[in-house]
Amino acid sequence: MNVKKQFVDGLIAQNPALVQLLGMCPLLAITTSMFNGLGMGLAVMIILTCSNVVISALRKIIPSKVRIACYIVVIAGFVTMVDLLLKGFVPALSASLGLFIPLIVVNCIILGRAEGFASKNGIGASALDGIFQGFGNMVALTIMSIIREFLGAGTFGGGILNGGAGYQILPENVVALGMILPVGGFLTLGVVIATVQYFMSKPKKNKEVAK
Amino acid sequence: MESITSLLSIALGAVLVNNFVLSQFLGICPFMGVSKKVETALGMGMAVIFVMGVASAVNWPINQFLNANGLSFMQTVTFILVIASLVQFVEMFLQKAMPSLYEALGVYLPLITTNCAVLGVTLQNAQKSYNFGESLTYGITGGVGFLLAIVLFASVRERMEFAKCPKCFEGFPIALVAASLIALAFMGFSGLKVW
Repeated sequence: MNVKKQFVDGLIAQNPALVQLLGMCPLLAITTSMFNGLGMGLAVMIILTCSNVVISALRKIIPSKVRIACYIVVIAGFVTMVDLLLKGFVPALSASLGLFIPLIVVNCIILGRAEGFASKNGIGASALDGIFQGFGNMVALTIMSIIREFLGAGTFGGGILNGGAGYQILPENVVALGMILPVGGFLTLGVVIATVQYFMSKPKKNKEVAK
Repeated sequence: MESITSLLSIALGAVLVNNFVLSQFLGICPFMGVSKKVETALGMGMAVIFVMGVASAVNWPINQFLNANGLSFMQTVTFILVIASLVQFVEMFLQKAMPSLYEALGVYLPLITTNCAVLGVTLQNAQKSYNFGESLTYGITGGVGFLLAIVLFASVRERMEFAKCPKCFEGFPIALVAASLIALAFMGFSGLKVW
């Protein structure tokens, strides 16, 4: 397996959130502070890696007709574990992500990788795929939350840095509160994806010109 | 017998004030994926109303059973299994009864299983410990809210097909910007109460 290609795919070329456009719900909903974005990204990455490993290990046993149901049970099991662990050890994150932790079960990224990758590849490759795709998703979540937090609350690193308050960069009277609200979620994601498309289409054009 | 007022306020909240798609961000995947035509959006919305209503009704007694036996940590696993089998059932029904809609929905029909709105509504019912009537109301009106949002959005997108926009915004990004404007409009409902 080509590790480097997998890494580039997960982070940029096939970024699950920004290029494959999967797992939109958490990407829009919880990216209001850096703490939430990073926490969600880590949780998804852990669950994705674990479920990829287990599904890859069971791929010859699971009958293909009921495979989706089997995948969902495996994923739901890991999500429940992470949910309980977060409740026990990081109650602040659990409180601010709320409903979106159990909803990782229906995150299309995880089911998509189970169906598209883990069910066809070996355990090692699947584990790496889980880590890289999860990392790509985490980067997307973090970028979204940094932008929204900066424009909406004027802070950087809310929930983690500076004892949880974050560093105030913009003064509070110039921020656009709407960026933290649902409106800002859609708008930021639209602009971020447009930016990605812009840069993705550029190298192609250059090549065409060179030809 | 629960008062009509509380049911009404749940309904109002689910359809307008806390719309599942536009203010709670549940069910974004089908919202973005099946909203290119008003017709398919309508069909998808109907299917979601049905699945959300039935899922709320079926998961209510199951949740009572889980709580009574101290198994509430199994909620997520059980709920998603119930929903998956429900969706399978709807799929078989549509295939027989409405083959044209079945084909139009295509891959998005089995994906109702992974529609966060459906799992979300059952989890919220459990979290808020709604009784049976309230759960059912919340499920159905949540679905109605989804239908409203997706049909509005599909009509906007149909018109956007012919509009010019910068190349890098074409397709998905401009749709997201449109969704953001609809969400802005729905923010006007916040604070609305029955009486």
